[in-house]
Amino acid sequence: MADTFPTDNNTVAPRRRDIGLKQRYAAERRFQLYGKLAIAFGLFFLALLLWTVVSKGYTAFLQTSINLDITFDETVIDPKNERNENPMKLLTANYPKLAEAALYQKLGIDPKDKAQTKAADALISKGARTQLRDMLVSNPDLMNKTQNVWVLASGEVDSAIKGQFDLSVDESRRKIKDNQLEMMDRLKADGSLEGRFNTGLFTNGGSSRPETAGVGVAIIGSAYMMLIVLLTSLPIGVAASIYLEEFAPKNKLTDIIEVNINNLAAVPSIVYGLLGLAVFINFAGMPRSASLVGGLVLSLMTLPTIIIATRAALKAVPPSIRAAALGIGASKNQMVFHHVLPLAAPGVLTGTIIGLAQALGETAPLLLIGMVAFVVDAPATPLDPATALPVQIFMWANEAERAFVERTSGAIIILLAFLAVMNITAIFLRRRFERRW
Amino acid sequence: MNDESKTPKVKMAGKGVEVFYGAKQAINGIDLEVYERQVTALIGPSGCGKSTYLRCLNRMNDTIDICKVKGLLTLDGEDIYDPNIDVVELRARVGMVFQKPNPFPKSIYENITYGPRIHGLAKSKADLDVIVEKSLRGAGLWEEVKDRLLEPGTGLSGGQQQRLCIARAIAVQPEVILMDEPCSALDPIATAIVEELIGELREQYTIVIVTHSMQQAARVSQRTAMFHLGDLVEVDDTETIFTNPSEKRTQDYITGRFG
Ligand SMILES: Nc1ncnc2c1ncn2[C@@H]1O[C@H](COP(=O)(O)OP(=O)(O)OP(=O)(O)O)[C@@H](O)[C@H]1O
Ligand SMILES: [Mg+2]
Repeated sequence: MADTFPTDNNTVAPRRRDIGLKQRYAAERRFQLYGKLAIAFGLFFLALLLWTVVSKGYTAFLQTSINLDITFDETVIDPKNERNENPMKLLTANYPKLAEAALYQKLGIDPKDKAQTKAADALISKGARTQLRDMLVSNPDLMNKTQNVWVLASGEVDSAIKGQFDLSVDESRRKIKDNQLEMMDRLKADGSLEGRFNTGLFTNGGSSRPETAGVGVAIIGSAYMMLIVLLTSLPIGVAASIYLEEFAPKNKLTDIIEVNINNLAAVPSIVYGLLGLAVFINFAGMPRSASLVGGLVLSLMTLPTIIIATRAALKAVPPSIRAAALGIGASKNQMVFHHVLPLAAPGVLTGTIIGLAQALGETAPLLLIGMVAFVVDAPATPLDPATALPVQIFMWANEAERAFVERTSGAIIILLAFLAVMNITAIFLRRRFERRW
Repeated sequence: MNDESKTPKVKMAGKGVEVFYGAKQAINGIDLEVYERQVTALIGPSGCGKSTYLRCLNRMNDTIDICKVKGLLTLDGEDIYDPNIDVVELRARVGMVFQKPNPFPKSIYENITYGPRIHGLAKSKADLDVIVEKSLRGAGLWEEVKDRLLEPGTGLSGGQQQRLCIARAIAVQPEVILMDEPCSALDPIATAIVEELIGELREQYTIVIVTHSMQQAARVSQRTAMFHLGDLVEVDDTETIFTNPSEKRTQDYITGRFG
């Protein structure tokens, strides 16, 4: 670029060189633009995902219920007054009849009118049986008293209210008939039929009736599994990383171990499911469908993630800190546990939580060890059959009924909320414990 | 300089010391004695093995996998590479101050008390308090930090951090203190303070210091050892080295003709 140099016939005062500033700034601006585009692209799909899930799923958090004045009529529940000798009587009594009677009264239906009563009965969920039974069992004084109760409406009523049915088609091709719609309108008009917050979604277990199906069992199962993953893979992973990073001699063998750990992190999760099936269930004889087995399988899967994160965190501790500790006569063990590990702790915690979040969303290995089961009762221990949140989503997604579509999305929202809480905790912990040197 | 008339006691000695990093030899057989309660300066051009030799004296080289040390190194006549010698105990007796200040990311107080605590040198909190004050006074830092002992040591200025590291080293009451270019990250004022400090520390401790500054070697040391390419060129009283060296290489180096 000789022409940019000042020559004697030029009248240049300050000598300026073309050092390509324009191109450099242009390159920087271009790169920033690419970066912003990439972020916008990512955000767009995140927003799309959230929008579809939330718009489909938010209705799952409201469940249509009917307000009834229920009389716990002894002549219906226990006509022969034998409940003191036979406690099963209270459990097997005909509770739906109580709710039905209350509904006839509210709608002014003649109990003898077969057509009308049949239509009215179908408005009430079969889940009313357990609801009323549990009320009476926990409070026997209710016998012969009248109580104002919100009883679950049937899944068809709920779907009709939420607009999931096309009501314009011919009556014969609808699950909900015209006389039922008329009854619903009357109930709605006096405020006896409305969507109420769906606590059952969080507490109920599996059910073939959408209105009484919930993720309660799945949440407990997932919680047990997370606890097991935390208790097994964190100590094992940290111990393995500390040994490999700080104590193990650097030789062929440790190189091979290193390669293998990195490979394990990339092994498809379904393979861990097969391994768990072979080792924990077939060989060790642990129960199928139990959160214990699920937790152990997920631990195996999380272990490489934690080891890799912990080793990276240990490596990031400056050598000068190690030298300082050794230089005043700390043993290697003291150096690691007094100085290196505390400084690596934020990284270890972040890695652990990310590993846990991964495990929380994992489905495939759990299918193989039988956690895809229809479990109604809350598991009392990790040895009882349970499901997991993502598996519950998988099962609901396979259900034919329209009402399960919103539940699937509702369960996804719950899972995403848990994941968000975990990731926010990870960020918070990192900020909180991060130290500078 | 009346202490030079008596023959001082040998504190640490190397005999035929050779150091290898893998296949590469960094020190080619050195005999070097360090006298008690003196400052010995190691000088020489970059890469000649000063730090390597210094790290042999408290076996910090053990932490480098590929590093092998041959020959005899003694502390008070005892072989420090003997399998019966515990390296942790050795490092409690031979402390080290590094080129870059490296306080722990903990409070000033904890920085000082960590060593005494792990070695069980203090029985109570009161003992620790005494050690902290004594060490910080010894390092000339007490007045500056006495009101902020619980603040992080990493929040101090570079010069203060280096003096904190010196205080941390003397808190375990070593016999020898090794310093690898302790002033290279400091400004002239902080350097002057540390140099003055070294002069005071000499009354209690044996000091070996690596330095690139000829003036510093001349100011603080009693003996100077000149290294070149892994060899010990010569070692003598500092005065002799700087006024009348017997080797031409030393003469050239201190007058700035190579290095
Ligand atoms: N960890 C190491 N691994 C391999 N070689 C090393 C290592 N440390 C030092 N060496 C080599 O050993 C020789 C001596 O290095 P040393 O650090 O002792 O030099 P120095 O005299 O302290 O130099 P400087 O004045 O630059 O600090 C050099 O050739 C260096 O490359
Ligand atoms: Mg050096």
